[in-house]
Amino acid sequence: MEKNILKDDNDRVDGLLKVTGKARYFAEYELPGLTYGVLVTSTITKGKITSLDTKAAEKAPGVIAVISHLNKPSAAAYEQEGGPQMKIFYTDKIFYNGQPIAIVVANTFERATHAASLVKATYAKETFNTDFEKALKDPKAKKFQGQADYKRGEENAYKTAEVKLEERYFLPIETHNPMELHGIIADWRPNNQLTVYAKTQGVKATQGTIANVFKIPMENIQVNSEFVGGGFGMALRTWPLEIATVMASKHIGKPVKLVITRMQMFTMVGNRPAAIQTIGLGANRDGKLTGITHRAYGETSAYENFTEGVVNMAKFMYQCDNVNTSYAIVPVDLGVPIWMRGPGEATGAFALESAIDEMAHALDMDPLEFRIKNDPETDQQKNKPFSSKNIKEAYQIGAEKIGWKNRKNKPGSLVEGAWQTGYGVSVGVFNANRGKASVKGILKADGSLLLQSATSDIGPGTGTGMTLIANKLMNIPVDKITFELGDSSLPPAPSQGGSATLSTVGSAVNDVCVALKSTIAELAANSNMDATSNFVEVLKKNNLPQIEITRESQGGKERDQYSMYSFSIHFVQVKVNSLTGVVKMGKIVSVGDSGTIVSPKTARSQMVGGAVGGIGMALTEESIIDHRYGRYINNNFADYHVPVNADVPEIDVHFINKPDPYINPMGAKGMGEIALIGFSAAVANAVFNATGKRIRTLPITPDKILA
Amino acid sequence: MINFQYLRTTTAKSAIALLGKDKNAKFLAGGTNLIDLMKRGVTAPEKLIDINHVPLKEIKQAGNKIHIGALASNTAVADHALIKEKLPLLSWALQAGASAQLRNVATVGGNMMQRTRCGYFYDIEMPCNKRQPGTGCGAIEGFNRMHAIFGTSEKCIAVHPSDMCVALVALDAEVILAGPKGERKLPFKDFHRLAGDTPQLDNNLKADEMIMGVEIPVNNLTKNYHYLKVRDRASYAFALVSVAAAFEIVDNKITDVRIAMGGVAHKPWRLTASELFLRGKEASLTNFNQAAQLAMKDAKSFGGNDFKLKLAPNTIIEALSLAKAKA
Ligand SMILES: Cc1cc2nc3c(=O)[nH]c(=O)nc-3n(C[C@H](O)[C@H](O)[C@H](O)COP(=O)(O)OP(=O)(O)OC[C@H]3O[C@@H](n4cnc5c(N)ncnc54)[C@H](O)[C@@H]3O)c2cc1C
Ligand code: SF4
Repeated sequence: MEKNILKDDNDRVDGLLKVTGKARYFAEYELPGLTYGVLVTSTITKGKITSLDTKAAEKAPGVIAVISHLNKPSAAAYEQEGGPQMKIFYTDKIFYNGQPIAIVVANTFERATHAASLVKATYAKETFNTDFEKALKDPKAKKFQGQADYKRGEENAYKTAEVKLEERYFLPIETHNPMELHGIIADWRPNNQLTVYAKTQGVKATQGTIANVFKIPMENIQVNSEFVGGGFGMALRTWPLEIATVMASKHIGKPVKLVITRMQMFTMVGNRPAAIQTIGLGANRDGKLTGITHRAYGETSAYENFTEGVVNMAKFMYQCDNVNTSYAIVPVDLGVPIWMRGPGEATGAFALESAIDEMAHALDMDPLEFRIKNDPETDQQKNKPFSSKNIKEAYQIGAEKIGWKNRKNKPGSLVEGAWQTGYGVSVGVFNANRGKASVKGILKADGSLLLQSATSDIGPGTGTGMTLIANKLMNIPVDKITFELGDSSLPPAPSQGGSATLSTVGSAVNDVCVALKSTIAELAANSNMDATSNFVEVLKKNNLPQIEITRESQGGKERDQYSMYSFSIHFVQVKVNSLTGVVKMGKIVSVGDSGTIVSPKTARSQMVGGAVGGIGMALTEESIIDHRYGRYINNNFADYHVPVNADVPEIDVHFINKPDPYINPMGAKGMGEIALIGFSAAVANAVFNATGKRIRTLPITPDKILA
Repeated sequence: MINFQYLRTTTAKSAIALLGKDKNAKFLAGGTNLIDLMKRGVTAPEKLIDINHVPLKEIKQAGNKIHIGALASNTAVADHALIKEKLPLLSWALQAGASAQLRNVATVGGNMMQRTRCGYFYDIEMPCNKRQPGTGCGAIEGFNRMHAIFGTSEKCIAVHPSDMCVALVALDAEVILAGPKGERKLPFKDFHRLAGDTPQLDNNLKADEMIMGVEIPVNNLTKNYHYLKVRDRASYAFALVSVAAAFEIVDNKITDVRIAMGGVAHKPWRLTASELFLRGKEASLTNFNQAAQLAMKDAKSFGGNDFKLKLAPNTIIEALSLAKAKA
């Protein structure tokens, strides 16, 4: 590392709270009279509950209530026709194995756990299928279009190209598995007043969903979620288990806490769906792409559809006149998936960026050179200029830092004993979003600034970023600025997802600060003070303890005029043992091209975290199901392998750090997703370079290398 | 809660006496396996006899044997100067297991007694002959990537997951067991069993016995040794295949050699035929290759673990090569 980030950059504003255990996560709130919920789950995969014996559980010590479809406590929206199929406790249908069918509430967690084991269900079983590949092959199985087909120029042009390839890529289910388990505390009070402590990426979204289900006004619901121990997308919706807890609290008139188990994390809060993709690429002998076809199938559930942007990247990443894409979703009898970091784009990038590498190899070209040769000047899909794009510079920096010149284009060239060394590269890209958000700023005569917005921080360091934006604009020291979030009563902001928070909420912080400054300037002028006077003096002179301004902010026309994306380049060096099939990450260089870097330290953390997640996707993570039973086999931290320290080499992070002139006042684009998107392909490409083996099914475990 | 009685004792004698009184009693050592099994509903002892205060933690040399008490922690053994100097293979194998936190509390006796990690064994909703004899084996036609290729039975194809035990079996250890009628010694290679018709039995410890410790003869295997563990991530994962290899070379010839494998059978798997072949020969790659092929004679795979037929001999070769390179 060239610079000492600990010294040069600002710490996380809440870093001290986090490392000293003072940051309070949802499960740590102790309310008077708190009770504990534990979910009972289905042990069959599809069918109906024919009986549910709750007697023993009800009689067990400490049990307050057992709630199920038998006593359905009122949830107004569920009493009506329509709506979601998975109306928890309003249906006797079983859609997947591990579905919650009852909640047991007791005065201690242990008692609730035990009582839950006493609830006995009988079922009428139906045949089911949890095997995505089988569903895909079955002509009778349902398939839904997941995104409109796209075509530019000629369809399947690759087939008639001078050099062509068509390959199939498989991605298994990946499960988010943040450290913090999911759950909620719900405290339903008389007069339909509800307070919840949630693990959510959007306090307003949680508030809205609960209001809809129980048909009570949003204002009646207070959602608190100040700290979140990792989300990665799984906390972007309010799940049935949260509704169940609110129901339980309403039913017993006491606060109820539910924290699900690690095993339940595999079945109740979504996952990255399995995907099967085919890529067709055509190029002329000079190395110009002449056709790209990307067809993808994603897994979804039988009771709810889920789609994501698997085929987006193929449409604009490379200069090519003939591009077509299709994306369909295929239901299986599993819980519904949800976005997982880098969502569908990461799935798509694995296939596309592997195929690009395969084409470079077929052309006997350096894959980096091939990418540069096919780098577009403008966005051919939208037919618009990019708002900013410094990808060639990023290629250069990364190539130098990884030592690309040591790479040999011929696979299997670098050998030392049983170890083979290879280098790989891939790009990642994601929409540079900007939504609508409000921020309130309170500038006080004591020299401090309080900023408030109902946004969330699932870990990226939102408060830090916002504080630094204000710090720069207002010239107020960081320790005098407080940014409050995770509280639904604050000015509204969207959920934290799609790498949009810094852009969206940061813009509102910017606007509030600009407004505060001009108000101070006006006050100064009115009281005959120098325009550059310190705001503390201006406020004092005007006998004002504070001024308060709220601003709503959103993008404008520029969003129609430009194509806005964040980019990342991942370079990796791997070592592969030809005897044992073990793949070791040697070195990682990730370069981010995401506009201005507002907060270098937390930005670097994002890239590091993305790379670690990328190692998991590439080498270790896979949720395994026994399709005969529809049950997960490896649903625990011993058997579901997230990368450990020993798997992670030094991660060298670089940023282009050039403002995007159009995206927002800071010139900063999001980077949470690009940190991961493309990474797995870089690894697969490096493994190919090391061994000559092309692995198109993730994760790349020793058995696949030896096959 | 499923109630159980927690008892604590400070002598082996009373521990054995307490155990003898109750069919449903179990010793609690580090608890890193037993408590997990209780939480998953795989086992529900009525009495837990905490033996952590029984003085069986000693690690010492007596004559030409090294004695390790059953309650010495995995970390204490791995880090002990005597073990590092005289039984480095054992130290390495221990360090390849679990995580530092687990090794700090896991004991030698508990490590031997740990149960298989077969996913079907842990999920009480699934069939498993080991957990519930007669219900069938979920793994044979299911997910068996982690499973055995040697000595399997139609009833169970589980592997014993320990790393430590692989080194112990290679080092000709003896295990000391004590029951109400006194102590007995068992060659460690005979401690664990094959699944056969009784997959519910992992080993030959009698229901009323306690593991007191192990004894390992001092040897000359301190120069050329290696414990190679192939796994799905670099640490904190069970072995797909592991190999403990050690030999002594005199005048360019192998005079003593030990090879054992983990992750391939219901017990730590000693490669006697390969050892016999290598003895008296040169430590060359050609000989390592042949020794590895010999080891695979009766291997049988079940679909998900087909790759072990290739991985196992490769790992033997690589472990022997690394052991050779060490000197
Ligand atoms: C996540 C995870 C990963 C792991 N990874 C590995 C790995 O990679 N390699 C590896 O080798 N191991 C691994 N382990 C297993 C670990 O080594 C064992 O759990 C540990 O060694 C058990 O020791 P303990 O003292 O905690 O036993 P306990 O859990 O206390 O006991 C286990 C069993 O042994 C019995 N017992 C204990 N002591 C005696 C005695 N003196 N006499 C008779 N019976 C006794 C108990 O009654 C119980 O039935 C892992 C464990 C976990 C949880
Ligand atoms: S392999 Fe053994 S432990 Fe696993 S399911 Fe079969 S019988 Fe049970």
